[in-house]
Amino acid sequence: MENKARGGLCHRMSGQSMSEEAETESLEKLPLDAWHRRQGARMVGFAGYEMPIQYEGILAEHEWTRTHAGLFDVSHMGQLTVSGDGAAEALEALLPADIASLKPGCIRYSLLLAEDGGILDDLMVTNRSHEFYLVVNGATKWDDIGHLREHLPDDVTLNHLAGHALLALQGPEAAVALGRLALTPAFQGMPALDELGFMQAGPFFWEGRPLGVGRSGYTGEDGFEISVRAEHVAALADALCAQTEVKPIGLGARDSLRLEAGLPLYGHDLSPETDPVSAGLEFAISKARRATGGFPGAERILKLLAEGAPTRRVGLALEGRAAAREGAEVFAGENKVGHVTSGGFSPTLGHPIAMAYVNAAVSTPGEELEIEIRGKRLPATVAPMPFVPHRYQRRGAAK
Amino acid sequence: MTRYYTEEHEWIEVDGDTATIGITDYAQEQLGDIVFVEVPAEGTSLAKGKEAAVVESVKAASDVYSPISGTAIEGNTALEDDPSLVNSSPEQDGWFFKVTVADPAELEGLMDEAAYKDFVAGL
Repeated sequence: MENKARGGLCHRMSGQSMSEEAETESLEKLPLDAWHRRQGARMVGFAGYEMPIQYEGILAEHEWTRTHAGLFDVSHMGQLTVSGDGAAEALEALLPADIASLKPGCIRYSLLLAEDGGILDDLMVTNRSHEFYLVVNGATKWDDIGHLREHLPDDVTLNHLAGHALLALQGPEAAVALGRLALTPAFQGMPALDELGFMQAGPFFWEGRPLGVGRSGYTGEDGFEISVRAEHVAALADALCAQTEVKPIGLGARDSLRLEAGLPLYGHDLSPETDPVSAGLEFAISKARRATGGFPGAERILKLLAEGAPTRRVGLALEGRAAAREGAEVFAGENKVGHVTSGGFSPTLGHPIAMAYVNAAVSTPGEELEIEIRGKRLPATVAPMPFVPHRYQRRGAAK
Repeated sequence: MTRYYTEEHEWIEVDGDTATIGITDYAQEQLGDIVFVEVPAEGTSLAKGKEAAVVESVKAASDVYSPISGTAIEGNTALEDDPSLVNSSPEQDGWFFKVTVADPAELEGLMDEAAYKDFVAGL
């Protein structure tokens, strides 16, 4: 996400330094651009778009999402569909997930893998019965599309839903707020909104407009991700924010919420240099696929599963208030044992937290390490993740 | 007492041969919620334009440069317990540190309040 490198106040004041994009690079506007500005958002460049970093303030927005419901515009993310005969098998050749057994209406977290098992992206796959619906990261979507086009067989169709926006409604009151919009299932026999459990999805209509709704998110809270045609997104955002439980939430709180939830951020905690086992994402390698392999990097990844990875992604809890940022070095005694990949202040816990890759030998929760911050070694303890417990609403067969 | 401002959005209030330094209301507004401030220890030798303090918002850490050279004589200990003072009272209670004025000539070229207002308006 945003550049956490230190700069002087003057650099920060210039407005765009939080972006990974060069300032000169032209940024695209989201369908909700004018809406965000009307809500008082401060906009920054991120993943090629002008995006809201905050409205009233990151701490207040973070707290609001943990106690009520926050509305996030994540329309920068790539929404893709994969369809045609053999689509499931074609996806299984690129992902370590068991796509063939993914039931209609179910969502699975997966990883786009390079030939060597490095992580090209992390993504969500939904079985929409007639097609698979993929949500990929904004900053990587064009590379992902290129990779998929290159590797999917000709009779499998890849479609980029460039005309769709994506909203996430997250928090303990998300279901109550969305429930008041009285969505109707698109087809008879489809589950009602309140029948969806965590990682389940369905097509709905809201006042005649089609929505794709999945019960999932990136905050650790209950909530929904809603795919909506760009021309309807402002009306939907207005209808949601008209609910007393809902406020718009920016990218800043999205980052602090996902960090507390222990969820990795692509480009920081995951990269082509990291593999699923070191990243602690073994759950994304389905049991069936461990037996059969056949995904990119399978040989290396199965070996890492069997023998253990030499480095591991861990959570670190710090004392005091000085935060460890990306790139900070981690020490065990005199020895450098790893580096921080993302970190910041945890509003819920009241102290800084971080994710780091460290030697497996010092990756057990409770291990006392040190992080070098501005030339000083500060104590940090390996902590189990999530830092803040997930509160997903699971139903029936949902995983 | 005279208050000056820098293009790096620090204010400096000079009282005889000592000065108090903080960040401006515009700066705190841009940084957002402040969660940590590190001020120089008493006796630290500071050089004009060099890092003197660190201010962290939820998102990022930023350096605060000393607008003048001198020796730090006091850091604002209230910020250790309540860094949000920088948000609520950036130009009063949320001051960062006090420093001796080693060379009054360094104050020349800093902006007064009106000039700083114009500077911010032009950003």
